[in-house]
Amino acid sequence: MKLPMSWLSDYTDMEGITPKEYADKLTMSGSKVEGVENLGADIDKVVVGRVLTCEMHPDSDHLHVCTVDVGGTEPIQIVCGAPNVAAGQKVPVALNGAALPGGIKIKKGKLRGVVSNGMICSHEELGIDASRLGYEPEYGILVLPEDAEIGSDVKKLFGLDENVVEFEITSNRPDCFSIIGLARETAATFKRPFRLPEVSINETGGDINDMLSVEILDKDKCKRYNARIVKNVKIGPSPKWMRERLEACGVRAINNIVDITNYVLLEYGQPMHAFDIRDIAGGKITIRRAGGGEEIKTLDGQDRKLTNDDLVIADESGAIAIAGVMGGFDSEIKPDTTTVVFESAMFEPSTVRLTAQRVGLRTEASSRYEKGLDYHNTVPAIERACQLAELLGCGENVSGMIDAMGNVEGETKIAFRPEKINAFLGTDVSTEEMVRILTALEVSVDTDAMTLTPPSFRPDLQAEADIAEEIARFYGYDVIPTSLLRGETTAGVKTPEQLMADTLSGVLTAQGMYEIYTYTFQSPAILDKLNIPEGSELRNYVKIANPLGEDTSMMRTTIAGSMLEILSRNYNYRNKSARLFELGRVYRPNPNGAGELPDEPQILMLGMYGGVDFYDIKGVCEEIFERLHIKNAEFEPVSDDPVYHPGRAARIMIGGRAAGIIGEVHPAVLRNFEIGTKAYMGEIDFGAMFAAAEQSVKYVPLTKFPAVTRDFSIVTDKSTPVAQIEKVMKKAGGRLLTHLELSDVYTGEQIPDGKKSVMYKAEFKATDRSLTGEEADNLHAKIVKALGAQLGAELR
Amino acid sequence: MKEKLEQIKSAAEAEFKSAADPGALENIRIKYMGKKGELTAVLKGMGKLSKEERPVVGALANEIRQKLEGEIEERKSALMAELEKKRLSEEVIDVTMPGRRRAEGKLHPLTQVMDEIKRIFMGMGFSIAEGPEVEYDYYNFEALNIPKNHPARDTQDTFYIEDNIVLRTQTSPIQVRVMEKTRPPIRIIAPGKVYRSDTVDATHSPVFHQIEGLVVDKDVTMADLKGTLELFVRSLYGEKTRARFRPHHFPFTEPSAEMDISCWSCGGKGCGVCKGEGWIEVLGCGMVHPKVLENCGIDPEVYSGFAFGIGLERIAMGKYDINDLRLFFENDLRFLSQF
Repeated sequence: MKLPMSWLSDYTDMEGITPKEYADKLTMSGSKVEGVENLGADIDKVVVGRVLTCEMHPDSDHLHVCTVDVGGTEPIQIVCGAPNVAAGQKVPVALNGAALPGGIKIKKGKLRGVVSNGMICSHEELGIDASRLGYEPEYGILVLPEDAEIGSDVKKLFGLDENVVEFEITSNRPDCFSIIGLARETAATFKRPFRLPEVSINETGGDINDMLSVEILDKDKCKRYNARIVKNVKIGPSPKWMRERLEACGVRAINNIVDITNYVLLEYGQPMHAFDIRDIAGGKITIRRAGGGEEIKTLDGQDRKLTNDDLVIADESGAIAIAGVMGGFDSEIKPDTTTVVFESAMFEPSTVRLTAQRVGLRTEASSRYEKGLDYHNTVPAIERACQLAELLGCGENVSGMIDAMGNVEGETKIAFRPEKINAFLGTDVSTEEMVRILTALEVSVDTDAMTLTPPSFRPDLQAEADIAEEIARFYGYDVIPTSLLRGETTAGVKTPEQLMADTLSGVLTAQGMYEIYTYTFQSPAILDKLNIPEGSELRNYVKIANPLGEDTSMMRTTIAGSMLEILSRNYNYRNKSARLFELGRVYRPNPNGAGELPDEPQILMLGMYGGVDFYDIKGVCEEIFERLHIKNAEFEPVSDDPVYHPGRAARIMIGGRAAGIIGEVHPAVLRNFEIGTKAYMGEIDFGAMFAAAEQSVKYVPLTKFPAVTRDFSIVTDKSTPVAQIEKVMKKAGGRLLTHLELSDVYTGEQIPDGKKSVMYKAEFKATDRSLTGEEADNLHAKIVKALGAQLGAELR
Repeated sequence: MKEKLEQIKSAAEAEFKSAADPGALENIRIKYMGKKGELTAVLKGMGKLSKEERPVVGALANEIRQKLEGEIEERKSALMAELEKKRLSEEVIDVTMPGRRRAEGKLHPLTQVMDEIKRIFMGMGFSIAEGPEVEYDYYNFEALNIPKNHPARDTQDTFYIEDNIVLRTQTSPIQVRVMEKTRPPIRIIAPGKVYRSDTVDATHSPVFHQIEGLVVDKDVTMADLKGTLELFVRSLYGEKTRARFRPHHFPFTEPSAEMDISCWSCGGKGCGVCKGEGWIEVLGCGMVHPKVLENCGIDPEVYSGFAFGIGLERIAMGKYDINDLRLFFENDLRFLSQF
């Protein structure tokens, strides 16, 4: 909302308030100022002058040498190249040292040997839009009207000596989308008087009821409809002062009647509409719902199809306006319009909002209606419009006003409890001060019944908390004291899951892993890039109904795609290696179907490339399990996951249940993601880790008895996983086998085809005695026997 | 005999002194005092001496032997020390060459800032709460006093899954979930991802992070809100930071405010960072709307509370001087390794 400060002065006293102070104070009382623009800030030392003489330049065929009266003691000489310059004209003169828009500075100098003490300006050079002038300027310099005062600043002439304040108005304050509303806030902020415009109109006879009738058919959607008629209208430009105010608010001047409707909209915040009475067929307006499929061509020339939920203003032949949104093309004001019907109405907010959304039109009118307007404001606004029509001399007011009522809400009453308000705010504001603030805001205070009745233009004031905010705003948010929380103390705690996530972050960063953050929605096409087959569970996803685009329409069911995208980006940014992780969520549709929230399990996603292989990513997992005291994790070969290499991937089993996967990324998937090197990933279910992590760790006494070591060098089938060998060895070794370390795996010479040699170093230890060499030998033999019996392995 | 011993002694001493290394020294020792050494030979020949001479010569020989042994040891230590000194001087390395590091990874800058904020609030007795990202319309809007068709819904362009299920546009629904389940006193912060249908640019992202805060108890006042949040920003940005509360509007708080802090770059004088204003907006807050309390089954006549919402990216961008929000989600290691 733009507010010219000079307009404000019509309704409150602005004496001695600088724009900066104004902006600061209003911001702190709740009307946030985005900025203050001085319209003529870039124009300086440009005055009205009269061209006294105009001769051709002795040395040029297009330059003129002029003497110009600029209000000083002596006229000044200026060389001017414009074709239309002539003696007798009043013109804008940039004096020596003047500034013009675009950072241009004017200095005296010589043009082809003749001294020039300034420049006569065109409207373009002054940066003034032709519509601000109210007349079509000639080509060349700008010729000013005869009544312009010689020597005066041209900024004044064009209304550029104006500060325009731009406000950010919150949606709960529709009343502040108006000059009057902001003037009321201003007056309350500076504790100065506030006055409404004095409106009176001369009715010149006739009776509106003989010319027009209005009927509201949907009384819930249309709360009130006022109409007045102005006859003998002469369409023309509106006066300079009105055009300047409209322009300052960012509204283009069009003609006197349209300008009046826009002026009242800005001033009162009440949207107005003007019809040509010739276009109201049958002389009767009805406010009704549109028939399904009914069409209307709006003012902007577009055909719009309406639904039964849209409200229209209609005559006998059909819709002539979409209520609260935009007027119809056919009933607009035309150059030969002689009788105008002004409309000032109140429509139900959500109806206007939904219609504006449906037809894709957000207008000055609709944006106000949808926030909720005051049905008490329609009459003052329409009377103001008629007063202005009279004032501008553009027509005569027909006697009488049509006032059709719909269903309106009654007024709100709120209990006034000053002590409760103080307790809520933590303040000590006197009741007198509260009454003063509320009265300035036009809340009526009944100090006997201790009740408050908010004004009808403040639909946001519903309850005590709303009143507390009004008190706080004008008492001053900055004056409210500060205190710290009292009462029962609470311990700030994290849940065990949150604590485990912290631990995980610590292990992972210590392993050289960098944390990443990725988007949780993706393109469904990413499932194709991951080679996920049709019918896979991963293709059953939560779909965004209104995504930004198809490529962000799927809530991810796996983080693998996100990780591959980031690995690819780093690879293609030529980062030599990367070790990354994300603890993120995936989204799985609720098995109970529609209407239920999806499951959002957390997954730990690992990814790496560059100087690493499978055993690096496996090592990271092992470190995690070690740190979290997960004892029952195992890795089993898996060959059927489409994302991973069929011979270099393992399913992570925790307590016998699948809890994730790690492996080398399948070359086809790497190609799909444009990664030109081997990459490794892991996905582990956070919940499964949490369930398996041992929360309480107990100390195992250190034994003082020495360990005995024995080496195992065995030959098994090449396909036997070492995990299986270890399982057999541990079972056979029992408690006394305290440590087992794989020292070498070998295939090649001296080893038969299809076999491999595996070497282990084993450590045997008892807690209560020194083991003898004989005991260790027996254990060794027992283990070898078990390996032979269960795996067909032999000693080498 | 005596003369012979004295001769051996001075000859041996002369040789010890000229020995260049411990090996040579050992050879000399053997030469004189080994099994076939000269001094040993003298001692062996003592049998030929008279009864009277024997103890005298014996004593002298032993004295000389001990003396020589001491001298050898002394000489040996000196030689060893010299050798070590030489070796050390040869082992000089360039200590200015870079160290061999065991590379650690780093947490994402957003996590680092989030952790700092969590730490501050946990110190004030706030616990950490969480909630679903795919959320019922009821929790995201209705329970927060934003009914259907409320204009405030326009400013939060919402992604819908179904008519009644959305991607949460704010972390505030966690407030409602906590209040439904917990009786006051409540002090929580709730960090998480939120979603709004904004196209990506330097300052917008359809996914970003908020940290919600909520306090509900008896006699919680707006002064408490101001005091708590001032303490927070001073902990985060330094003791000199000043806070300013401006009236604002949120449907779920009343009174509502936006909090600005004095610019971290210029301290409030006005600069490019704060666009000349001296203040930077950091969060929205307010007293929990009585209707929201009622919706959660908490009696607003007995309890009151305040809530606030912090935009994590905004805080991190200010803290690290980052001018493009997209960097957070690109995860370029050259970026991640800086924090």
